[in-house]
Formats: sequence, structure tokens, C-alpha cells
Amino acid sequence: MAQIVLETNMKRPSIIKMFWEKNKFAWLFILPWFVGITGLGLIPMIASLYLSFTDYNMFDSPGWVAAANYTNLFEDTRYIQAVKVTLTYVAVGVPLQLLVSLSFAMILNQGIRGLSLYRAVYYIPSLLGGSVAIAILWRQVFGRDGLFNEFLELFGIVGKSWISDPQYALFTLIALKLWQFGSPMVIFLAGLRQIPKELYEASAIDGANKAQILFKITLPLLTPVIFFNVVMQMIAAFQAFTPAYVIGGGSGGALDSILFYTLYLYMKAFQHFEMGYASAMAWLLLLLISAVTALLFWTSRKWVYYEN
Amino acid sequence: MNIQPSVTKWLRISVIILMGAALMYPLLWMLSSSFKPNAIIFQKLGLWPTGFTLSNYAKGWVGLSGISFSTFYVNTFIVVGFAILGNIITCSMTAFAFARMDFTFKRVFFAAMMVTIMLPYHVTLIPQYIIFNSIDWINTYYPLIVPKFLATDAFFIFLMVQFIRGIPHELDQAAIMDGCNPIQTFVRIILPLLQPALVTAAIFTFIWTWNDFFSQLIYISNPKLFTVALGLRMFLDNQGASEWGAMFAMSIVSLIPILVFFTFFQRLIIEGVSTTGLKG
Repeated sequence: MAQIVLETNMKRPSIIKMFWEKNKFAWLFILPWFVGITGLGLIPMIASLYLSFTDYNMFDSPGWVAAANYTNLFEDTRYIQAVKVTLTYVAVGVPLQLLVSLSFAMILNQGIRGLSLYRAVYYIPSLLGGSVAIAILWRQVFGRDGLFNEFLELFGIVGKSWISDPQYALFTLIALKLWQFGSPMVIFLAGLRQIPKELYEASAIDGANKAQILFKITLPLLTPVIFFNVVMQMIAAFQAFTPAYVIGGGSGGALDSILFYTLYLYMKAFQHFEMGYASAMAWLLLLLISAVTALLFWTSRKWVYYEN
Repeated sequence: MNIQPSVTKWLRISVIILMGAALMYPLLWMLSSSFKPNAIIFQKLGLWPTGFTLSNYAKGWVGLSGISFSTFYVNTFIVVGFAILGNIITCSMTAFAFARMDFTFKRVFFAAMMVTIMLPYHVTLIPQYIIFNSIDWINTYYPLIVPKFLATDAFFIFLMVQFIRGIPHELDQAAIMDGCNPIQTFVRIILPLLQPALVTAAIFTFIWTWNDFFSQLIYISNPKLFTVALGLRMFLDNQGASEWGAMFAMSIVSLIPILVFFTFFQRLIIEGVSTTGLKG
């Protein structure tokens, strides 16, 4: 007893030692990650929040401008245009892409021979779609002498350069997103396989028709996967950059018709070096994405089915 | 009785095949165009090249201002190689600590890590650029590689945490009984068992890094250091409409490594996407 009391009396260094003994290996293992998340994550985040209230331009030291960057953004017609373009791209592209991918997941999920081949073929566009090469291809497919116009010619329609037409340029990019429906489709396919077979057997015995099975069993049980795909595709679509950059020649296209948010941010930050202004844009993008995600999570309580 | 199902079945199969063909057509068109003489690329819709030539490839490969696509290729493989190495080592270390060890701040750290998965990288982009610029890392590969050695691709950490949680605890407990310290347990027991997750991480790091354009565009402006993506972009800017054949040829060349990768690891890639939602 006396010994123990004695020991606890000299405890100070020993608590530190115990603390060290408990943590030394784990902290060693997470050290690279910790350096990364503080040095390249947390500190830059705080720094960019600070910069967004300054006029920093890479050359002069940052001067405090309070909320001027934010108020200026809402009067910047190019910024408003970028927001419009991006919201259109997200609001049209994501639902269309998910609708097509869900439909084809259902078509493919009916016990078809050679499923893995079709799945692979459908998936290839998702694999390549983000690259510069595909953006170059797309520019040509929807160019004046492109593949799309040659296809229209078969029906006697004389096309134009869809890429340089401000009315249609954005739709060529939405088409590029649609072309990549394979990746959410693969996720839907995996989700469809998770639905217990017994439910279908039971409903067949009860004499349910196809529409009833679709709306009462398949879709409700698939809602968690639908939700997952909506969130992930939405976040990715807000950040799309490469196709707009390559197809628009780095400028935003005719009349800024494909001036994506990230493209305008890139121009402000790395062509005009308006780092403060671009930081404000980055924070508004984060707020925008968070708001839409939060909204989706809020609505999810109404339509996403969870087992428990 | 029997006619109805077989009609829908054939209808279904034709829809599937038609869609597959429509998806592949632009790619095949680019492939066949890359073998056509420049003058006739945009004259025929057909896939079969009427005048077959390899000159587009020869012309394209030479590249621009004395820098050929061989250089772009080697550069990209250097970046990709180090990115894979960094991700595999540091993400697995971090995942091991989160999955198997108890330490102070674990819950806070884990939550922070999960947040970074969803965070758009634009909020850290500008200060990161300022940091890398201030230590003279612009026009080096360090800004593309060093973050991977700091486990910044948090998604892979999460993937590996999930995988390690599936490995029976008895295995590392036995190792600890035999006197292994955590480092030995990690290297001898966990790492070998973690191999499938490591392969998945390596494959997706390859694809993402190969397709990446944004960070390369920002950090690399010296043509000698250009990656394939940057080389293609430079080619497009300089040759523009005049050399579409060569442009297409080099686009095809830039896609080949990914397609080869896909043929070899198809099952793993599709599984990775369908079970974890990794984006392709």
C-alpha cells in the first residue's frame, strides 16, 4: 500500500509517460496524415478564409478589404454567369445521367448473358471521360464538321458548330456527362443485387404487376443507393473543370456559355492572380455545395428508406 | 404464350447492344480518324479508313519545340509511380492506427478525416499554391507527389480502415503475444492481408493521376516537365485545327495506358466502384 501511495505521489512524470506509452505508436502511424491534414488542409483553409477578406495578388502583401470581395462577386456579371452555368449543368446533367444509369442498370439486371462484357463497355466512358483526350474528341464530335452533324445529315438536317453556339455549348458538356453514365450505373447494379429475391417471389405469388413491383419494391429499396449517387454526382458536377477548359479553349467559350465555376476561379487565381477574390469564390463554392448537400440530407428523411 | 417474353427479351438485348455501340462510336471514330490522312478525316462518317496511314502517329509523337511524347510519357509515369507509392504507404499506416489502435483524439481525428473526403479542394488550393510557390516548388513534381506521402487522399484511408476491420483480431493479438510491437504487427500481419485494398488504391491512384489535369496545369509550366495531359493541351493550342489527325493519334496514345489497365484489372475496378462508390 505504502509503495503505491508513494508511487502516486511521484505521479506527475508518470502520467505523461503513460500518455506517451499509450499514444507513441499510434501517433507515429498517423504522423504523415497529421502533417498533411494540418499543413495542407486545416492551415490552408484558415488562410484562404483570411485571404478572402483581403486583396492579395501574390506580389504585394495582403491588404484587408473586409467583405468587399464577397459584395463585388454579386455584382460581377461573369461570376453570376458562372454560377448560372454551373447550376444548370448540375440541375440538368445529374438527374438525366442518373435516370439513364438507373434505367440501364434495371435493363442489365434481368439475367442477361454476357453481363460483365456490357458492364465493362458501359463503364469505359466513365473511366476516360475526365481526360484531356476525351475533351478534345468532344470538341470535334460537336464541331461543325463533327460526328454529330454527320449523323444529323443522315436525316437531312444541316447542323452547325454546337460547341461555339452559346445556346447549345453547355448541352454538349451535359451530353459528355451523360455519356459517362456507366459509373453510377455500376453502383445501381450492385444495389439492385442487394434486394432480397424473396421479396420478388412473394410479390409474384401475390399477383403484383410489373409497375407495382417497380414502385413498391425495387425503387423504395434502392433509395439509399439513389441518394448516395445523387450526392456524389452532385458534388463532382459542381467541381467539373477539364472538359469546359479544353472545349472552351481556356476562356469560357462563346459568350461565357461554358464558364464553369471552377474555370472562372482558375482564371481569377492563376491568370489574374486575384488570390483574395478567388479565395472568396472558393468559400462560396464550399457553402453552395454544403447547402445543397444539407438540403438533400434533409429531404432524404422523407424519401430514403432505411432498414432500421 | 411463349412469343411475348421472347419479343421483350430481344427488344431488351437490342437496346443494350445499340446503347453499347452508341457509347463506343465516338471512341472508334477517333481511333479510325487517327489512321486517316488529314484531308479526308471529316469527309466520311464511316469507321473504316479509306486511306490508311501511320503518319499521324509519327507526326504527333515528335511533339512540339523539340520535346516528344516520349518525354511526356516518362514524366507522367514518374508522377504516377510516386503518387501510388505515397498513397499506399501513408494511407495504410493511417488506416492501421484508426482501425486497430486506441489513442487520444482518435474520434476527433477520424471525424476530421471523413470531412476531408467530401471537402472541395478549392478551399485549400490557393494557400497550398502560395506555400509551394514560396518554397520554390513550382515547376517541380513535388506539389503533385508530396501530398500523396501525407495521406491527403482520405478516401483510401477510409477504404483501408473498412478492410482492416474485416481482418480477424486474433491474428494481430497472436502477433502481440509473440512479442511483436505495433510496427512489426503492421508490416508482418496487416500489410500482407491488406493487399487487395492496396491494389485497389494503386489502381485508382493510377487512373486519377493519369487523368488529372487541374493540378498539373497549375504547377507545371515548363514543357520539359509536361505530363501527357499537358502535352496534349499544348498540342491543341499550337496546332489547333490544322493537325487533327496527329491530335487524334496522340489522344489515342494518351488513353492506351488506362485502357490496358482496365483490361487487366477490370473486375477489381468495377468491384471497387460498385462496393465503395469510388469514382472512376
